[in-house]
Amino acid sequence: MIWRYFVTPLPTKLDESQLDEREFTARCVMKINKGIEGAYVFSSGKNMGVFKAVGFPEDVGEFYKLYEYAGYCWTAHGRYPTNTPGWWGGAHPFALLDYSVVHNGEISSYDTNRRTIEMHGYKCTLLTDTEVITYIIDYLNRKVGLTLEEIAGVVAAPFWQVIDNMPQGEKEKYSYLRKAFSSMLITGPFSILAGFEGGIMALNDRLKLRSMVIGEKDDMFYAASEECAIRVLEENLDRVWSPKGGEAVIATLNRGVL
Amino acid sequence: MGINLLYPEYEVARNMDRCINCRVCERQCANEVHSYDKEKKIMCSDDSKCVNCHRCVALCPTRALKIVKTDHTFKENANWRGSIINEIYKQAESGAVLLSSMGNPNAYPVYFDKILLNASQVTNPSIDPLREPMETKVFLGSKPNSIQRDKDGKLVNNLSCGIELSVPIMFSAMSYGSISYNAHESLARAAREAGILYNTGEGGLHKDFYQYGSNTIVQVASGRFGVYKDYLEAGAAIEIKMGQGAKPGIGGHLPGTKIVGDISKTRMVPEGSDAISPAPHHDIYSIEDLRQLVYSLKESTNYTKPVIVKIAAVHNVAAIASGIARSGADIISIDGFRGGTGAAPTRIRDNVGIPIELALASVDQRLREEGIRDNVSVVVGGSIRNSSDIVKAIALGADCVYIGTAALIALGCHLCRSCHTGKCNWGIATQEPELVKRLNPDMGYKRLVNLVSAWKHEIKEMMGGMGINSIESLRGNRLMLRGVGLNEKELQILGIKHAGE
Ligand code: SF4
Ligand code: SF4
Repeated sequence: MIWRYFVTPLPTKLDESQLDEREFTARCVMKINKGIEGAYVFSSGKNMGVFKAVGFPEDVGEFYKLYEYAGYCWTAHGRYPTNTPGWWGGAHPFALLDYSVVHNGEISSYDTNRRTIEMHGYKCTLLTDTEVITYIIDYLNRKVGLTLEEIAGVVAAPFWQVIDNMPQGEKEKYSYLRKAFSSMLITGPFSILAGFEGGIMALNDRLKLRSMVIGEKDDMFYAASEECAIRVLEENLDRVWSPKGGEAVIATLNRGVL
Repeated sequence: MGINLLYPEYEVARNMDRCINCRVCERQCANEVHSYDKEKKIMCSDDSKCVNCHRCVALCPTRALKIVKTDHTFKENANWRGSIINEIYKQAESGAVLLSSMGNPNAYPVYFDKILLNASQVTNPSIDPLREPMETKVFLGSKPNSIQRDKDGKLVNNLSCGIELSVPIMFSAMSYGSISYNAHESLARAAREAGILYNTGEGGLHKDFYQYGSNTIVQVASGRFGVYKDYLEAGAAIEIKMGQGAKPGIGGHLPGTKIVGDISKTRMVPEGSDAISPAPHHDIYSIEDLRQLVYSLKESTNYTKPVIVKIAAVHNVAAIASGIARSGADIISIDGFRGGTGAAPTRIRDNVGIPIELALASVDQRLREEGIRDNVSVVVGGSIRNSSDIVKAIALGADCVYIGTAALIALGCHLCRSCHTGKCNWGIATQEPELVKRLNPDMGYKRLVNLVSAWKHEIKEMMGGMGINSIESLRGNRLMLRGVGLNEKELQILGIKHAGE
């Protein structure tokens, strides 16, 4: 059963909690997901919606009446469930507040990452690696204050041998990020698309064990696991390229591709 | 003296057809087991003196020797076992506390042997360490709670000082005094070559070894032997020793007969007087006192050295570790009940403390529940025997391991557990010049480096198999572990599932 509510925190409760609105909302989400059996909040953003289902993409689009929505950034994910039977709640993206993540792969660092992020108030209730990636991005960006590019330097950190050969400033930055946030390094194959307010980030694991292709046409930006997926939407691309493993490609609404 | 009621535990089996009376065994044995009978023109042995160290066996040119466990036996009794009866005879004779050395040899469960590792199949590729980078480098020390930026928005390095290791292995504390100069030199040189650290133990730092300072952990123990400003500044890190796995709750005692020459100078103890380390630090009676010592040491070294607090794994180790994590220490080191020692009362060694696997699992879990796991690094020791023990320890939650006994074995130790006699035939746990020179540091250090690099290769293989290419992603990754033959409670404490789950 899927319910959709539009809610804002009760001002008195919010004041009482002495938290900012986003932290208050995130905590409510954790509380429901952990505390109420069978209930999960899948979408908790302000200007962001998540739609999940089991079925063919066209039927899902129909079911949620996606044609009624307009947005500057869309991510879609058809999942071939690797290790678990298909369950609509397990479909991607996973989202918290305005962060959403779709992920192709299976991370080998899962339990290290999970046990680390759970120290910071997150509860991994869905037991999938995508959930933990979402929380890491939320934590590093919203709570710690790292930029998305710096986050890529944490989760898909360059190898030490690469860092050692960087120019001084870069070297300091990347070795700091690796040392300070070593337990949030993600290993194993992954390609992720992380949506955030104002843009999207595409990122591969540092060995590039999963494919990832970027396409550009005028002011449109496409990222997908396979080039053919992009070609379906846009045949005449200006540029098609594959980012290197661990290299974050960040597209923002007003500042173009970084 | 009455009748000696003890029958020797081991017998020297000499194959007379092979023996050529070269008398090598006689010269090699500091326990004087072997002698030559001029009249009969044969070699004889006094089994009662044999400690089963295999020195003669290894050096006999004709392989004429082997040591066998005696089949002489008491009437069988599962309760009053032979060893128990013999200990009573000994104490009835001597009136003294039984002493022994190295780690607890009794048949308690070894949890590492009941844990199995994972490997990738199909959905998640394994990684070949010969083709792809496989990172084993670790940094020990506390992690910052928040980031800082300068006025241009650049990240400021607010990491506290720490330790960098090429592989998560360090040589654990063994003092100069408990082991020989040559053994120390081997450890120091190997640490430098392998990009890791060794530990002075509580015996101070010999002036010859100051040159290995950046690969040295200097220890401050309850006796404060050899501690002064230059010593503290010489090392890469300072370790406060609160306890030791082989003898939790008690201090140490190096007899005056061993406090000679350089050892007396290094320990700063007058020649011939006993060096007694009290059981507690006399300035630490609670956690706030520990905090004071941590900060005095940091203050006196200008906050340039990380401070390690070493404790023995005892019953409420998790709560103790939590206190230490808040005391300002950068690293906690936990020593399990199988940890080695140069000398300990047998009853303490064999009956006090808990297994390191359980201690580690509960400490790591507790620190995480309290959200302070990143305040400290966790180093574990107390019988890490091979590279798979290391991988399992890291997956349970350790940042790094200490190896002591394994390092001595690499140097030739045969685990005869007689270190407390000071007559180590392998030149390790002795100060007798004739014996010390049997350990050649040029060869010793190479053997240690070989051991560390062999283990590093094996660690990489196991990591690659799990699809992990950085040791950071293995730390605390308990899903990579499964138990076999463990009960619910044990699995719960270890935080792992049973095989098949
Ligand atoms: S070392 Fe071997 S060959 Fe030489 S005397 Fe001893 S037992 Fe005989
Ligand atoms: S160090 Fe020497 S005395 Fe001690 S157990 Fe090893 S071989 Fe025996």
